[in-house]
Amino acid sequence: MTESPETIAQLNNVRHRYGAVTALDDVSLSLPGARMIGLIGPDGVGKSTLMGLIAGAKRLQTGAVHCLGGDMNDARHRARMGGRIAFMPQGLGRNLYHDLSVRENLEFFGKLFGLGRADRSARIDRLTRATGLYPFLDRPAGKLSGGMKQKLGLCSALIHDPDFLLLDEPTTGVDPLSRRQFWDLIDAIRADRPQMSVLVSTAYMEEAARFDHLVAMGAGRVLAEGSPTELMQRTGSGSVGDAYVRLMQPEGTKDAPENAAAKLDPADAPLTTEIAILARGLTRRFGDFTAVDSVSFEIARGEIFGFLGSNGCGKTTTMKMLTGLLPATEGEAWIFDRPIEAQGMNARRRVGFMSQAFSLYGELSVRENLMLHARLFHLGAALTAQRLADLVPRFGLTEHLDQRADDLPLGLRQRLSLAVAVIHSPDILILDEPTSGVDPQARDDFWQLLLELSRRDRVTIFVSTHFMDEAMRCDRMSLMHAGKVLVTDTPAGIIAQSGTTSLEEAFISFISAALPPEEPSGPTTLAPESDVVSDAADFSLRRLFAYTEREAMQVWRDPVRLAFAFLGSALLLLIMSFGISQEVRDIPFAALDHDQSPESRAYLSAFEDTEWFAVHSPIRDALAMETRLKSGELALALEIPPGFGADLRQGSRAEVAANLDGADTGRAGTIESYVAGAHAVAAADMARGLAVPTASPLVQLVPRFRYNPTMASLPAIGPSIPPLLLLLFPAILMAVSVAREKEIGTITNFYVTPSGRAEFLIGKQLVYIGITLLNFAILTTLVVLVLGVPMRGNPMLLLLATLVYAVAATGFGLLVSMMSSTQVTAVFASTVLSVMPTLQFSGMLTPVSSLEGPARVLGSLWPTTWYMAVSVGSYTKGLGFADLSGALMRLAVFGPLFTGLAIALLRKQER
Amino acid sequence: MQSLANIFWLIGKELKSVLGDPVMVILILWSFVVAVMLEASGAADTVQNAAIAIVDEDRSALTRQIAGALMPPWFQEPVYLNADQAAAAMDRGEIMFALAFPPDFAADTIAGKVPMAQLLADATAVSQAQLGTDYLRNIVQLESLEFLSGSTDAPPPDLRLELRRAFNANGNPVWFKSMSSLLNQLSLLTIALTGAAMLREREHGTIEHLMVMPLTPAEVALSKVLATMIVVLVAFIGSLLLVVQGLLQVPVVGSVPLLVAGAAVYLWAAAAIGMLLGTVARSMAQFALLVIVVIIPVIMLSGGMGAVESQPDLVQKLTQALPSRHFLAFAKAVVFRGAGIDAVWPQLALMAGLGAVFFTASLLLFRRSMSVTG
Repeated sequence: MTESPETIAQLNNVRHRYGAVTALDDVSLSLPGARMIGLIGPDGVGKSTLMGLIAGAKRLQTGAVHCLGGDMNDARHRARMGGRIAFMPQGLGRNLYHDLSVRENLEFFGKLFGLGRADRSARIDRLTRATGLYPFLDRPAGKLSGGMKQKLGLCSALIHDPDFLLLDEPTTGVDPLSRRQFWDLIDAIRADRPQMSVLVSTAYMEEAARFDHLVAMGAGRVLAEGSPTELMQRTGSGSVGDAYVRLMQPEGTKDAPENAAAKLDPADAPLTTEIAILARGLTRRFGDFTAVDSVSFEIARGEIFGFLGSNGCGKTTTMKMLTGLLPATEGEAWIFDRPIEAQGMNARRRVGFMSQAFSLYGELSVRENLMLHARLFHLGAALTAQRLADLVPRFGLTEHLDQRADDLPLGLRQRLSLAVAVIHSPDILILDEPTSGVDPQARDDFWQLLLELSRRDRVTIFVSTHFMDEAMRCDRMSLMHAGKVLVTDTPAGIIAQSGTTSLEEAFISFISAALPPEEPSGPTTLAPESDVVSDAADFSLRRLFAYTEREAMQVWRDPVRLAFAFLGSALLLLIMSFGISQEVRDIPFAALDHDQSPESRAYLSAFEDTEWFAVHSPIRDALAMETRLKSGELALALEIPPGFGADLRQGSRAEVAANLDGADTGRAGTIESYVAGAHAVAAADMARGLAVPTASPLVQLVPRFRYNPTMASLPAIGPSIPPLLLLLFPAILMAVSVAREKEIGTITNFYVTPSGRAEFLIGKQLVYIGITLLNFAILTTLVVLVLGVPMRGNPMLLLLATLVYAVAATGFGLLVSMMSSTQVTAVFASTVLSVMPTLQFSGMLTPVSSLEGPARVLGSLWPTTWYMAVSVGSYTKGLGFADLSGALMRLAVFGPLFTGLAIALLRKQER
Repeated sequence: MQSLANIFWLIGKELKSVLGDPVMVILILWSFVVAVMLEASGAADTVQNAAIAIVDEDRSALTRQIAGALMPPWFQEPVYLNADQAAAAMDRGEIMFALAFPPDFAADTIAGKVPMAQLLADATAVSQAQLGTDYLRNIVQLESLEFLSGSTDAPPPDLRLELRRAFNANGNPVWFKSMSSLLNQLSLLTIALTGAAMLREREHGTIEHLMVMPLTPAEVALSKVLATMIVVLVAFIGSLLLVVQGLLQVPVVGSVPLLVAGAAVYLWAAAAIGMLLGTVARSMAQFALLVIVVIIPVIMLSGGMGAVESQPDLVQKLTQALPSRHFLAFAKAVVFRGAGIDAVWPQLALMAGLGAVFFTASLLLFRRSMSVTG
C-alpha cells in the first residue's frame, strides 16, 4: 500500500462495472513515475476506464486509486491535482471545440488552468511552433486533419505543464506521417521534461516498442507488466505484437471468429479482368473547397483495393460518391458497367457499405440489427436464417447476440457492422476505415474475413485504412492526398516506385513530396518559462468567465441558431399579438319564429341590430334547428313560441328560448352574456310599451376601461407575449447547450480540469442570460414601435425583472439538462415541461386567480406568472417599484433555486 | 409490397428506440395523463372570482339589490370603497371592476330619467373586462327592471328568456378544455418526436446507412411518421378512455372510433410538420427553436385559447394552414355535438391534404439535405 516516491499512480483492487458488464475486475497496479508507460490490449478490456479512473474523470466504484500522492476518491485532492494531470480522451478531437479556432481552443484551456494573458500567449506560441500548428492558429479545429486535431489535443493537454499526461489512443485513426510526427513530438517533450510521466493506450503494436514500460490488459485484468524487452523474452517472441498476441491467447480466443481452419493465402486467387468499379475524373466540390479532384481508377471483380491517405484527403467523399450518397460535381463512375446515377434499387442490393461513423442502431441488439437489415433486403425467412447461421459464428458474435450494440466494445461493433454490410451477400463492399480503433488481433480476424469474402465469394472490396499492414494485404491500392490520387499500384509496386523499403516509408515519401514546404518545427523548446500557479481555489471567476467566453464564441459561430432565436421570437410576437383576440363577433344566429307577430319581429330586431350577431336564414322547424346547431353552422338559435305576441299584449308571461352551442365553454359564456344583453334591451323597450325597440334601457351603465381605454387587443396581448418567449427560448437553448457537451464529449474538459460545478454551469448560463436580455430589447422595441403599446411604467424596473427572469429561464434549462443525457431528451423534456405552464397557467389569457385547483398552484409556482404581472403592470398600468415589488421578489426566488439545484445535481465525474 | 414490408420493419426499429428510452416514456405519460388532468381541471370560465368594488353614493334599495346580485362564482363579495380608494386598489391589481352609482340613482330610475352608473374595468385582460362588463350590464338592467316592476303601478310585461346550452348544458368548462388540452399534447409530442427521430438519425450518420440500402427516402420518412403516429395514437386512446372519459367524466356524444380515426388523420399532418422541421434544421438546437416557433401558433391559434372566428381576417386565412385548427373543429363536432362523418369530412380531408403537402415538402428537402451533409 505504501507508495514509493517514484510511483505516480497506484491502484488497489479496482473494480468497475457498467450495468451488467464488468469493465475492470480486481485490478491492482503500480505505475512508475517519470516514464512513458504503454497500456495495450484489445477493445473492451477496460483501458479507457482505467485511464478515466486514474485521471479522476470517472467515479471510482470499488477499490482505491492513488495518484500523485493522494486518494483520487477525495474531491479535494482531485481539485488540487487537476492542475498537474492532463487527460486526452479517446476519439479524434473529442475534447476540442470544433467551431473554435486553434488559438481559441488553446486560450480556453489556458484560462481554465488560470494562466495569465502574457503567459498564455507565450505558451500557445511555443507549443504551436513546436507542433507545426502555428500557421493554422486561426483555422477552426473542426477543419483540421485528424493528425492535426491530435496535435491540438496534445497542445491543449500540455498548456499547463502537467506532471502526468494521460493519452487514450491518441494515434487511432491518424495517418502514418502524422503518427510519426506525433511520437517525435512526445519524445521531444519528454526530453525537455524528463520528470513528466506519460500513460498512453494504443492499438498499434509497432508503437508499443517505444514505451519504457508496458501494461498488457485482457478482459478487465492486467495480464503482464514490464519493459517491451522483458515481455518479448517472457513470451519468447520476436516483436511486441507477437508477445501481445501470445499473452492474449488464453483470454482472447473467446471472441475470436471461429475460422482459424480457413486460412487463405492472399496470393492464390486469380483475378479476373471483369471490371467491378470504374471511376473517371470523379470530382466533388463543397462551395469553393475541392474535396475530391479528378480521381480515376478501375477495380476488378474480386479484387481488394485499398485507399490510403491522411484524414480529410477525400477518401470518404469518394466512397460516398460511389455509393450514390453524394452526386459527383464532375466525372462519372460505373458499377458493373452501369453509371452510378442510373442505378436503380436493384443495384443497391449488390453493394454493401460500412461508413466511418458507427452506423448501427445502438439501441437494438446484435440480433435485431442483423434481422432488420436482412428484412430490409428482403432475404426471406429461410435465407435469413441461413445467413445468420453462417455469419454469426464466422464473425464471432454468437455470445453477444442479445447485447445492445451500444454496449459492445469497438472491435465487436466493427465486426457487427461488417456482418450487417454483407448480410445480403453483396458483390461489392465499400468499407470506410473499418478497423479504426480495433486492436491487432481483431484486425487480423477482420482481414481474414475480407480475404475470405474476396477469394471465396468473389466479392470486390474497396477499403480505406491507415494501417500499413492492412494496406500490404490489398491486391492494389491508391495513395490519396488533398483530393488527388498520387499513385495506384500493388503495394510492392508502390514501395519499389518510391525506392524505399517499407510501405510506411513509401507513404511518407509520397506525401512529403506532395506537401508544400512546411515551417521547420521542433527546435523550439517545450519547457515552460514559468511555473504554473495552479488555481486550486474552490471558485474562480477567471475560469467561470473562460466558460462564458467560450460559449459566447460558439454561439456566435452559429448565426443561424441566433437568427432563429431572434427572428423566431419577433415573428411569434407579431403573429400572436395580432392573432389572439377574445372578442367574439359575428356569432352565427337564426330564429325559429313560430309566432310571426309584430311583437316577435320587434323582439328579434334587437338581436339583428347589434354587431355581435350575424343573421342567418330563418329556421324552418325544430328538426332543422337541431341539425343546423349540430353542424356548427349556427351558434345561437332563438325560438319564439306561438302566441308570443298575444301573451305580451295580454300581459301574461311570454318566454323565449335561446339555444346556443355550448361546446366551447368560453365562447358560450360570451354568447350567453350577449344574448342576455340583447334580451334586456328588448324587454326594457317592451316594458315601456313601445312596439319598436329603441335600444334605450332603463338605466345606463357607462363602462370606462382603465389602462386600455379602447379595449384594443394589442395593448393587452402585446405585453403578455414576451414573457412566454423569454422563457421558452432561453430554457431550451440552455438545456441543449449542456446536453450537447454531454453527448459529444467536451464535458470531459470539465471533469479533468480544476473547474468547479458552479463555474461550468454559471459560466455557460451567463451567455444565455445575455441572449435573453438582447431578445428582450428586440421584443420591447417591437412592442413599443410596431404594436404601438406605450411603456407607461419604469423601463429600468422591467429590465431588472427581465434579468431576474432570464436567470430563472436559463436555470430551468440547466435543471432539465441535468436529467437528460442526449440532446433529443433535452429538447423533448424542456419543451414538454415548459410549454404548458407557460402558455396556460401563467395568466396570459386567464388570470391566475381564476384558475382552479392544481393548475392555480402550478401557475403560482412558475416564474412566467410573476414576470407576466411585472410586464403587464409596467406597460399598461404604469406601475412602479412599490406596486410590483411583491411579484419581483417572488420572481427572484426561481433563478437561484433552479440554478442551485442544477449545480447540486451536476456530477464532477463520469459514471 | 416490398415497400410495405420495408416500412413495417423500419417502424419496428423506430418503436424500439422511442420506447427504449425511459425518460421519453415518462415524458409521454406525463403529457397525456398529468398535463391533460392539470389543464382540464384548472379550466374555469373566463370571468370567475372577479374582485369588485362598489362606490355607492346613492345608498338606495336599488343599489343594494344590485350589489346583492353580484354572486359567486363570477364575482367575489363586493367591497365598498370611495372613488379614490377604488382607483388605487385597481392599480395594485386588487380589484378588477369598480361600479359607481351617482346620488339619486334609484329615484332617477323610477322617474324614467335613465341615470348613469359608472363602471371602471381593468382592461389589461381584455376578454375579462369585456365579459365582466357584459355581465354587469345585464345584472344592472335586470335588477332595475325587477326593482321597477315592484315600484310602479303599471307592471311591465313578463318577458322571460330561457337560456339553454346545447351539447354542454351545465357549461362545464372541463369538457372543452380537456379536448383542447389533448390536442395540445398531440401536437407537441408528435411534432417533437418525429422531427427528433429524423434529426438523430442524421446526426448519428445512420441515415446514410439507410440510403445505401434498397430503400427510398419516402419509405424512411414514412416509417418515422407512422411510428410516431402509433406511439402517440396509443397514448391518445389511453388518455381519452382513462383520463378524459374516466377521471374527468367528459361524455363523448359522437362515435369514439370516428374520433380516434380523426386523431390519426391529425397525427399524420402533425408528424409531417415534425418531419419537415427535422429536415430543415441542421442541429438539435436549431430544431428545438423551430419547434417552439411552430408549436406556439399551433396551440394558441387552433381555437382552443380563443375562438377562431374572433381572429382578424388575415390571421384566419393563415390559420387555415394549421391542421390543429381543423382537428379542434372536428373534435368539437364529434365529441360534443355528436356529428357523424357526413358532417366532419371536410375537416378530415383538409387535415389529410395539409399532411400530404408538408410530407411532400419534407421529402423534397430530404433529398437536398442528403447531398449537403457530405
